[in-house]
Amino acid sequence: MSKPTLWRTPTRLSRRLIAAKQPYRCLSCSFRLAQEQAKQDAKTTHFGFENVPESEKESRVGAVFSSVASSYDTMNDLMSLYIHRLWKDRFVRSLNPGLHPTTATTTSSSSPPQPQTLLDIAGGTGDIAFRLLSHATDINNDTMSRVIVSDINPAMLSEGKKRSLETPWAGSERLSWVEANAERLSMLDDASIDLYTVAFGIRNFTNKQAALEEAFRVLKPGGIFACLEFSKVGNRLLNGVYKRWSFGAIPLIGQLVAGDRESYQYLVESIEKFPSQREFVGMIEQAGFMVPEPAWEDLTGGIAAIHRGFKPV
Amino acid sequence: MANFSATKRLLSLPASARAAFLAPTRAFSVLKRPFPNYEGHVPLNVFERGALAAGSAVMSLLNPRRGDLIAALGETTATPYFIYRLRDAMLSNPTGRRILRDRPRITSRTMSVEKLRALPDNSVGRAYVGWLDGEGVSPDTRDSVKYIDNEECAYVMQRYRESHDFYHAITGLPVFVEGEVALKAFEFANTLLPMTGLSLFAVTRMKPAERSRFWQTYLPWAISNGLKSKEVINVYWEEELERDVADLRAELGLERPPDLRETRKTLREQRKAAKEEKEKISGLTSGKPFVGS
Repeated sequence: MSKPTLWRTPTRLSRRLIAAKQPYRCLSCSFRLAQEQAKQDAKTTHFGFENVPESEKESRVGAVFSSVASSYDTMNDLMSLYIHRLWKDRFVRSLNPGLHPTTATTTSSSSPPQPQTLLDIAGGTGDIAFRLLSHATDINNDTMSRVIVSDINPAMLSEGKKRSLETPWAGSERLSWVEANAERLSMLDDASIDLYTVAFGIRNFTNKQAALEEAFRVLKPGGIFACLEFSKVGNRLLNGVYKRWSFGAIPLIGQLVAGDRESYQYLVESIEKFPSQREFVGMIEQAGFMVPEPAWEDLTGGIAAIHRGFKPV
Repeated sequence: MANFSATKRLLSLPASARAAFLAPTRAFSVLKRPFPNYEGHVPLNVFERGALAAGSAVMSLLNPRRGDLIAALGETTATPYFIYRLRDAMLSNPTGRRILRDRPRITSRTMSVEKLRALPDNSVGRAYVGWLDGEGVSPDTRDSVKYIDNEECAYVMQRYRESHDFYHAITGLPVFVEGEVALKAFEFANTLLPMTGLSLFAVTRMKPAERSRFWQTYLPWAISNGLKSKEVINVYWEEELERDVADLRAELGLERPPDLRETRKTLREQRKAAKEEKEKISGLTSGKPFVGS
């Protein structure tokens, strides 16, 4: 142990174990080490607590969501003790989608207001999309606005289409489904979307910044970016309980209900890896959005948070 | 706080050996799980194990198709005592010791299904393939062990799981619920794994006729044969594939139970004949035109 810094660090077991891993010195081992270094320099990202090459993350997340798709909604209810419904209701209500026919203003008084185009990213099973449409229709009496649901995973989209059969909008032009990667929304033109929402999806993206920049591209000036995602809890007692629930109970429920412990282990690890509220605001601003204070809204003590930004006019 | 002399001793070991010391021997938090002892190992603490055992017991009774939950039930209830007893039973027997040393696995790669189908009809291998085909499964459908901490005991559990279809072969019990429950009773008497005993709650899902057959015939058979025969975990199945089934049974001290398939078929035919008789008689007395015998 020749590193002088070791004496200044607290001598806790974990730190001393890490410091004790000296590299081997034989020729073949040095060669192998150099190769490993080169591989590590290749762009990696995190898949839960694992580090994987970026090219691999997309397919591994895909495998997770193909596996959980059919029991996704049941599992959401059990894992969040039905609270996720309250979060999604609050999310949509705070955005107030839809143009009220009497209060909507336009630049020129002769042409009627254009119906809104709402984009729900990673919206596979349609939770947010259906809420957006019913809020617009029932509360704002807007029957013209439409929602595009985009998801990278076809299994999740099929679940969403199946669920849409129980809503009034299945098969109508107000609801459309498209399979796309949020980092490359090639089928959408620049400045064509009024509201971009992503709920519990962005932590699974390989490159979150690229997705934020793509959001900036497709939104109209004045358009709103809204993200509902798991975040950091401030209160230490609540955080202790929450973390133990996440890492203990959730994979267990995943095993019992969905028969898949690994996917739910990935889900809770990906929550852990997601940046904090303030850091995420920084990422949103870096994409070009303006984020007025208060920059986010904590839900259930910070377990989930709503981030909103708008594209400057 | 850290015990410095223990730490120094721990650090003097190579990194691979340290894992054994950090293996779960004390309670741990879900936020800081110890290192896995083998590939696929998921260390669980006492509460998780209890919750998984209880949850999988309930869910697998409600939905017996969930093989993964029955496997989880087996693993979580096998410690503290039962899997160690089974491992020691293997260590006490020369063949068992060889199995533990060789660690053979029964997968579709190690068991060539085509070769087994070519074997004579009364051989162990042929009977085994017959059960696989009857159920429509391959040797790969068995889950790997995840929740047993000791690596050797994890192998014992895996071996037991993979040998289950061979137990069907030597007892001749069929693969539907009635046969499976009878076989589980036999396994409980022979291996003493708690999951096999808990599976007997599945009698609540059987029909009354099946249940009475179970109490009268198959349970007594299972208990007496399970106790008097040798430990079936010690059979090196890979070496017994070409052997005659009756021969192996004689060596193990096992009797064949009454053939369940035959019994059910006979009863079904009797019931059908009785029903036809009844319809004929009711046709005669109700004044309908005589249809002819």
